[in-house]
Order: sequence, then structure tokens, then C-alpha cells
Amino acid sequence: MCGIVGLFLKDKSLEPQLGSMLSQMLISLSDRGPDSAGIAIYGAPTGNEAKITIQSARPEQDFRNLDAELAKAIGAPVTVNVKSTHAVVRTTPDKIDEARETIQALHPDVRIMGAGDVVEIYKEVGLPEAVVDRFDVRSMTGTHGIGHTRMATESAVTTMGAHPFSTGADQCLVHNGSLSNHNNVRRELIREGMTFETENDTEVAAAYLSSQMAHGKNLGEALEGTLSDLDGFFTFVVGTKNGFGVVRDPIACKPAVMAETDQYVAFGSEYRALTKLPGIDSAKVWEPEPATVYFWEH
Amino acid sequence: MPAINVSKALDQGHIQSQASRAFDLAEVPLRELNQALHSLPPGSNETAWEVLNPKGSHSVAVGVDQPITIDVRGSVGYYCGGMNDGSAITVHGSAGPGVGENMMSGSITVKGDASQYAGATGRGGLLVIEGNASSRCGISMKGIDIVVHGNIGHMSAFMAQSGNLVVLGDAGDALGDSIYEARLFVRGKVGSLGADCIAKEMRPEHLELLQGLLDRAGVTGVKAAEFKRYGSARTLYNFNIDNADAY
Repeated sequence: MCGIVGLFLKDKSLEPQLGSMLSQMLISLSDRGPDSAGIAIYGAPTGNEAKITIQSARPEQDFRNLDAELAKAIGAPVTVNVKSTHAVVRTTPDKIDEARETIQALHPDVRIMGAGDVVEIYKEVGLPEAVVDRFDVRSMTGTHGIGHTRMATESAVTTMGAHPFSTGADQCLVHNGSLSNHNNVRRELIREGMTFETENDTEVAAAYLSSQMAHGKNLGEALEGTLSDLDGFFTFVVGTKNGFGVVRDPIACKPAVMAETDQYVAFGSEYRALTKLPGIDSAKVWEPEPATVYFWEH
Repeated sequence: MPAINVSKALDQGHIQSQASRAFDLAEVPLRELNQALHSLPPGSNETAWEVLNPKGSHSVAVGVDQPITIDVRGSVGYYCGGMNDGSAITVHGSAGPGVGENMMSGSITVKGDASQYAGATGRGGLLVIEGNASSRCGISMKGIDIVVHGNIGHMSAFMAQSGNLVVLGDAGDALGDSIYEARLFVRGKVGSLGADCIAKEMRPEHLELLQGLLDRAGVTGVKAAEFKRYGSARTLYNFNIDNADAY
């Protein structure tokens, strides 16, 4: 089954509430998937820093002196903000790739959740409420975000098998459905030089979009490509640094509802996820059409 | 005690609202509502029910088997009114997937839109969608009548066996794929017809049937003659030896 949500704010005055709004939306869909949950939040760009969200099964050990270790290795200021099993590593944008490589070299067991100028990604095994509490997602501010609660079908119930999947800077994706040609597409993407962390079908969809966008396509064009190149059932909700997109496969058996007002665009697997949003009673509410790309950019 | 003009009071909604039993789903769990509905004895005086704050809840008023009216004030999630047998349900909002699934008799009216597979497998009664219905509307319908004021999505009336599907707007792709004996009436465009579904002549008995359905659904200002009829070409009914190589 799985439940997915997305929220793209048009009204800046709602930005301080992004984390609490998205958390509430995701928790309302808990019974669509009890295995694991995750959220990606796009914060406001600062212009002079980039960040990497990392995860460790042994955070006390791996994160204790990470800021000093990294700063010394890359020769740039580094901050590490630990939140439970995750940490957000911040440094200057020109040093971000080096920081990532250094983390992987110094701590091979630490997993990279995602990286970019603005995105932070938190995901763990457990119910949405527990995951949201663990990472204090409700207090987070931002411009847009996506979330997922998982009922696993295609691969194991692990932190790395949880959504969102991020395969490019500030790009991430959540998925309700299952892909049937993911092994073929993965092989083709590996040949292009993409790397994969899991055997999961959704990671392939995320990497496919990253690859398309790396070849110069915009978010809408990349999403359009999923309709011919990915086989299976899918409703995708996608975030980029300044964009938010939705696409459903032509059969469209995975549910989807959208709402739009002057203040926001919201997505939920079900209407239940949208009922507490401000102004929902007068919002434009519709079911996104099959095989049709929807996207918004700031 | 002064005499009361009952019919006038009913018209004004006075008696109706006084006598109706309201369940506020913001306060009361859904199971209490459905258990109360299921435990109604035949001939009960509690004939008017109201459901407040459904907020997308699943399975609102499923399995009701008494001739009561139920007004649902807001939008519902999956399977609202499923298996309905005799009640008249009105959803004053939109409905999620499977509204009126396997309805036996009675009626369901959705004032807004309906998500996928509205009226699926329905055996009787009348389902009216005043907005649009999504994909697979009337899939495997077995006697239900469905009237959609707006459009319907793809794969509607797939394997539809009997009953009538009336669409005032357009139909999506693969309408009536592998259809048996259900009748489909579409006023607007059809994206494409599914396997073994063909346009058919609208004969006087069909015009009469359709006009009756429009009247029952409260549709005014639309003539039966504006519709086209679609149904089965009946070429998939029996095994055809010429197709043996395909199996």
C-alpha cells in the first residue's frame, strides 16, 4: 500500500509551519504503511553553505568528533548537527563533495541520506509519529517537502529501504507502487556511472530522474520520461531544490489527491491527509490524471 | 396541542432535523456509527441519520440494510456506502475509491467527485455522481444503475455484466472493455472503446429507459436523444476455434 504526501508552499508566511503541516499529513496516513517512514524538508537557501544528511547505527561513536575530523581533512569549517541516528553536516558548497568522500572513507558504516544546498532527509524504521518525534520534524521550517510511510513489498524493511530516496543534489522522490523493470533500468544507469545503495525499485526511479536532469531535462521533462521508460505501478512525488512534481502511471491504480490554494499545493495518497490544511474547504481539490505530469517551481 | 402540518414541516426540514440522529465523527469512532446503523431493527422510527466531520474516513455507512436516509456532511474516503441495501445516502462532498461498491439496492448520491471504481460490482440501486467519476467507474457492475453528471475515467464498465451506466460528460479510454450485457449511455466524447465494446443503435425502448434514469437521478435540461448507446458486440462470449493459436 504505502502512503505519500507532499507540500509546496507558495505563501512565505507558512514556511515556519512546513514541518508541522507535513508531519500531520504523514501521520494521518499511518495505517497505509507501518514499516518505516521518512520526510525530506527543503529549507530556505543560505547561499554560502551546503549540507549532507547522514545516518549511523552507532551515532555516539560515529558523530562524536566528526566536525573536527572533517574540518581538518577538508580544510574548511564544518558543523555537525546530530538528531538521533541522523546528523546534518554543513560546510561550504565547494567542499561538499570532498566532505562526502571523507565521511565515507573515515566511517564506512555511515550512510548518506542525501545532500544539497537546502534538503535534509530523515528516515527510519517505525511509524510516522515515532519518526517525526525522533527527528523533531514538526519544528522544521522550509519551502517544500515530501514524505512517505511504507508497507514494504519490493525489498527489506530497513532504514536504507525507507523513502525518500535521494540520488542527486537536492533531489528526492517518494513512491507508492512497485516497478517491474527496475533491474534493467538499474543496469543501464550503472553503465552511465550512477551508483546505488540498495536493491530497491524506488531508488531506481529516483536515479532515473537524476540522470535525466543531469542530461539537461527539466523536472517536467524528466517526469514525462518515466511514463515510457519505467514499467509498473507508480505514483511519484518528487522534490528538487526549487520544484515539486507529481506523476502517476497510465493505469493509475495507486490513489492520489491534490489540493491547491493561493497558499500551497498539497498532495496526499488520500483526502484524509489534506483535511487539516488551512483553507482546505475552499481549496481546489482534484485527483491527478493518469499519465499526466504536474509540477510547480519557485 | 395544536395540529402540526406535517408535510409543510417536512418541506422546511423541521421534523427531519429534529428526528435525525447525528454522529459527529470528530467525537465518536466510526465503528459506533456503523454498529448503530447495523443494529437498526426493521421498521425503526429512526429513519433520518446525519454524519458530521467524516474528513475522508473509510467505510462510512457500509452494509446498511434498512430504508433510512443518511446525510454525510463532508468528504469521505474508501468504500462509503459499500453493500448498501435499501438506504438513501447523500455525500455532501467528494468520495474516495469504491463508493457504493457492491450496492444491492437503495441509492447513493455524491454531490462532489468520486475517485476510482465507483459502484464496482454493484448489483442494484442507483448511484449518482454529481461531479466527475475517476477510472474504472462501474467495473464489473452487475445490475446497478450509475448516473454521472460529469466525466468518467479510463477502463470504466470493464467486464460490466448488467445494469446501466449514464454519463452526461465524456468517457475516458477503453470504455466497456470485455463488456457483457450492461448498457452504456454517453452524451459526450468517448476516448476509445475497449475490446468487444461497440456503439449501438438507440431504439425507442432505450430512449425510454434512459429518460427514466435521468428522471430518477434528478437530471433536468438534458434529453435522452443527446446520448449515444454502447454495449457488447458479443464476440468474446464463446470460445472461437479461429483464435486457438492465440492461447
